Amino acid sequence: MLESLYHHLPAIQVVLPLVSAPICVIFRRTAIAWSIAMVASWLSFSISILLLEQVNSNGPISYLLGGWQVPWGIEYKVDQLSAFVLLIVTAIGSIVTLFAPNSVNKEIASDRIYLFYTMYLLTFAGLLGITITGDAFNLFVFLEISSLSSYVLISLGGKRNALTAAYRYLILGTIGATFYIIGVGLLYQMTGTLNIADISQRLPEVAGIKTVMVAFAFMTVGIGLKLGLFPLHVWLPNAYTYAPSIVTAFLAATATKVAVYVLLRIYFSLFGTKILLSLPIQEFLLILGLIAIISMSLVAIYQKNTKRLLAYSSVAQVGYMVIGISMITVTGLTATIIHLFNHAVIKGALFLVIAAVFYRINSVKIEDMAGLAKSMPFTMAAFVAAGFSLIGVPLTAGFISKWYLILGAIDKGWLFVAVLIIVSSLLAVIYFWKVVESVYFKERPPGAIQIKEIPLTMLIPIWIMVGANFYFGINTNFTISIAEKAAKYLIGSPL
Amino acid sequence: MTIPIEIPGLINYWIVIVLMMIGFYIVISQGNLIKKIVGLNIFQVSVFVLYISMSKIDGGAAPILDEAIKNYSNPLPHVLILTAIVVGVATTALGLAIIVRIRDSYGTIEEDKIINMERDDT
Repeated sequence: MLESLYHHLPAIQVVLPLVSAPICVIFRRTAIAWSIAMVASWLSFSISILLLEQVNSNGPISYLLGGWQVPWGIEYKVDQLSAFVLLIVTAIGSIVTLFAPNSVNKEIASDRIYLFYTMYLLTFAGLLGITITGDAFNLFVFLEISSLSSYVLISLGGKRNALTAAYRYLILGTIGATFYIIGVGLLYQMTGTLNIADISQRLPEVAGIKTVMVAFAFMTVGIGLKLGLFPLHVWLPNAYTYAPSIVTAFLAATATKVAVYVLLRIYFSLFGTKILLSLPIQEFLLILGLIAIISMSLVAIYQKNTKRLLAYSSVAQVGYMVIGISMITVTGLTATIIHLFNHAVIKGALFLVIAAVFYRINSVKIEDMAGLAKSMPFTMAAFVAAGFSLIGVPLTAGFISKWYLILGAIDKGWLFVAVLIIVSSLLAVIYFWKVVESVYFKERPPGAIQIKEIPLTMLIPIWIMVGANFYFGINTNFTISIAEKAAKYLIGSPL
Repeated sequence: MTIPIEIPGLINYWIVIVLMMIGFYIVISQGNLIKKIVGLNIFQVSVFVLYISMSKIDGGAAPILDEAIKNYSNPLPHVLILTAIVVGVATTALGLAIIVRIRDSYGTIEEDKIINMERDDT
């Protein structure tokens, strides 16, 4: 019994949160809905650890849904990379759920909270499904499950701007997803199959034909919309600013990471390194990535709202990941994959702090946060610690990813790229310092209400995330060995 | 006059492109939130036509298990598009639901007016 369950872990990974979502609707109670979300997310987390162990010891797992043989049936595929991304999503999901109750009770109307947890679990299931599936069309279905539920999550924000932010994200997100299926359709036309591994085997024969190039372009733009690639990021700042704080923390730490993962999959597992090198994609991604890290960091400096500031910073961070991809080397991809993990724990921690600040003072404007360090010392210390990691101070996780990125750039002989990465980090110091200055060196505004430190149930999840930033900055064996293996696997994946 | 054979062969794909561009143009150019959703629908329909066209074979029958049928259309893209239609319906429903809420809180569904009101808010 237990052994057969063990065999079905890849399916359970997705099905568990997917089934838990409607159960929340049946019970309709806030406390029960939260308990279900807790159980589902922590169980998913344990499953992802088991899957990662299984992959590490026995190699990639191929799970055939319903026993249908590939390429007719849908295949779930867990390799180094997808196991790692599953771990990121479930770990962030579990910690965010642990943090959630206070923040959610404050920001969302009490009769809607069970619906919030339903949508949260659906987004969670969708993201896990995208990561685990080995079928190009199935990926689209999960992409839409996670997107549709995240539009709802964003629209639950307190201000009316949340509605327009959700609407704009819906329009752009749907265009992105539709572009993606146009690409899949064209590839199906050329190869007659939808299984990613199967397509990649048949593609080289038809690689020179324009249809394949058009499919590649459609998929790049479609997924670029989802991950907030520089000129396609316009939906992101508003969506992150007006969504409920807890939703921002979850989406910022997982949704864009999964989109970057999809881009890696499409580029390296589907098209393969050989086709990739024959296209002008390197320069294209490099230039967009460089514009993103410089211009978005500059825009972040001028923001008055911390959530919006961190949202622009997220677009810049996606820029780093895209630069890593543009190198098409093992070091570059290692940097991208490590940064997937590191940025998730950095932004997760920062946005949870922001959620805690909103919980106490009902605002996240920098001027309203003046002098908070005296009343909320532990929360603000966490903010500074996670901020160090964002900038890339040695001994933090953020340093490791930037180190690898710069190494990759130097390997390629792109010295100016290395310089621009450092410049962008310095810009991060400036925008981050603006918040720190207000929080530590200014007095509370006159007439401000007296506030206390946040409850331990919120403080502990924040410090778990911050701890992860330092742990994975000092003890890098775990992240680097997985990222390197995954990068080698991607670059050398069969053409 | 004979009609050149290429035109009927590719006409579906021309329709796909035309529909796609019309839909896309509406999404970009229209200020009315509901019209944008309509544009989005036209855009998605063009993709449905793309999938369905590619599976059709000249003289192919419906894919039914029958001795008389030798040549049949590929059923897989049809099935995929059934899924995509469901997704499209869900997207439209959610978009319209959000528009209802926007209308409740802004009193309008014209984008330029909403943008002005948002500017006043901040």
